[in-house]
Amino acid sequence: MQIYLPIAEVSVNAFLLLGLGGIVGILSGMFGVGGGFLMTPLLFFIGIPPAVAVATEANQIVASSFSGVLAHLKRKTVDLRMGCVLLVGGLIGAALGVQLFNALKAIGQVDLLVKLSYVVFLGIIGSLMFVESLRAIMKSRKGGGVPKRRKHTWVHNLPFKMKFRTSGLYISVIPPVLVGVLVGILAAIMGVGGGFIMVPAMIYLLGMPTKVVVGTSLFQIIFVTAFTTLLHATTNFTVDMGLAVLLLIGGVIGAQIGAQIGVRLKAEQLRVLLAIMVLAVCGKLGLDLLIQPAELFELGAVGGH
Amino acid sequence: MLRILSIIALFFLSALPTRAEEIVAGLSQNRVSITATFVGSEILIFGAVKRESPPPEDSPLGVVVVVEGPSAPITVRKKDKRFGIWVNTDAMELAAAPSFYAIATSNTLDNTISKLDDFQHLISVERSIQISDNPFNIDDPREFTDALIRIREKSGLYKRLENSVKLAQDTLFETRIALPANLTEGDYRTRILLTRGGQVTSEYETIINVQKVGLERWIFNLAHEQPLIYGLLSLVIAIAAGWGASAAFRMILRN
Repeated sequence: MQIYLPIAEVSVNAFLLLGLGGIVGILSGMFGVGGGFLMTPLLFFIGIPPAVAVATEANQIVASSFSGVLAHLKRKTVDLRMGCVLLVGGLIGAALGVQLFNALKAIGQVDLLVKLSYVVFLGIIGSLMFVESLRAIMKSRKGGGVPKRRKHTWVHNLPFKMKFRTSGLYISVIPPVLVGVLVGILAAIMGVGGGFIMVPAMIYLLGMPTKVVVGTSLFQIIFVTAFTTLLHATTNFTVDMGLAVLLLIGGVIGAQIGAQIGVRLKAEQLRVLLAIMVLAVCGKLGLDLLIQPAELFELGAVGGH
Repeated sequence: MLRILSIIALFFLSALPTRAEEIVAGLSQNRVSITATFVGSEILIFGAVKRESPPPEDSPLGVVVVVEGPSAPITVRKKDKRFGIWVNTDAMELAAAPSFYAIATSNTLDNTISKLDDFQHLISVERSIQISDNPFNIDDPREFTDALIRIREKSGLYKRLENSVKLAQDTLFETRIALPANLTEGDYRTRILLTRGGQVTSEYETIINVQKVGLERWIFNLAHEQPLIYGLLSLVIAIAAGWGASAAFRMILRN
């Protein structure tokens, strides 16, 4: 069934959009990533104008994250206090990121920067997670049980300590705020919720338990993407309600299914899968930069990128 | 005096065949409404040649139909290999390029209209693309406009439909022009030109109005006139859908 999207001004298959929303929703529920880093390139591929794809994707992530958070709240796997601390950093970071983005846009080449930061960050995070979680699986296979990763490092000696009961942590608020700022900056530049950076950062930098990480990341993503949606809607008029509704119907159902699958998988398995997916997207984007494109020219709106 | 008269007479005589034929045309529809289920539209353009004297025998009759969508500025970028990766290196801004452009002719384009008349009447799509300035850093602006035409032809927005205007007994003509689903709103200028031996003898012009209607119209207007309300509404829908799915799923799991 073809449907005409009022803002994107293209006609696309409604079931294709529902399906895409569903698949990305499942991933979102399983891993606590918004799925923007997957969905946005997919939308480009089916012919949605980039500006509309980025803005509408933010709106869709709000829906799937909200749905995912509710599922996690029921199981008490959301650290609200940690989420709020991260959010404070995230909003500061997003504001900084937008400034940086505009500065780079003035020089040109913002397109290349976005792609390169995707390749670099996805590559680093993907390989680190892959190696670490494979090691964890090997260890648990040998017996000896799941190793405790909560070591005492410099992170635990900083001031402004706060108790995060759900995460079972008593640490300084400085690292989480800094993580939030960093993710906020990257999210603004790369046009995504930032879950795929947030999740590993929470596991490896803050030492939070994986089960809590997913829900907390989703909680934080809701606010960041809601903020982004409003920004796009008021300045660029590029949020397509029709597209968003179709994507989010698929997305919210997918997020629920994903959350159910997530509980049944072991934390290490979950991390290996996320690592593989991150590496796959990284590989695809990297190849696009290395291989000569079939069409050397591309069309774009004046002034945009 | 006599010389002047003879010149005037000569002028009218030479002009006579061009005035003798006039185009009378119609469209199957002057309005295209874009609804949620819009999948494109086909416009039937038809007409006849009105004559007061018998048609000239020597030069062949031709019909050219041009449908042109609203123009907008556009940037064309070119990639090049730098440090081993493919990056955008050059960009050219075009002041205006039509969003849609279809030319239908009764023969091949070259056989229907002469190069001079093509130029004067702005028939080929190249003539409707306006280059704002010729930037110093662009060696070959032609390369960029060619790329624009190539990309838009590939996506079905620019078309050259040669031999697609059916001419019956040098009097009646008709053609069909398919408008794709990814149409831009606005007035589509439609021109029908009659040619004799490649020269334009008569021209008819009308407008096809393409507009969003119903829900599409409402969403579009709201997004542009009340962006904050629109943005908030989008968020409310998103959150409601997220909550609804969550609640529905819990009920399914419970049963």
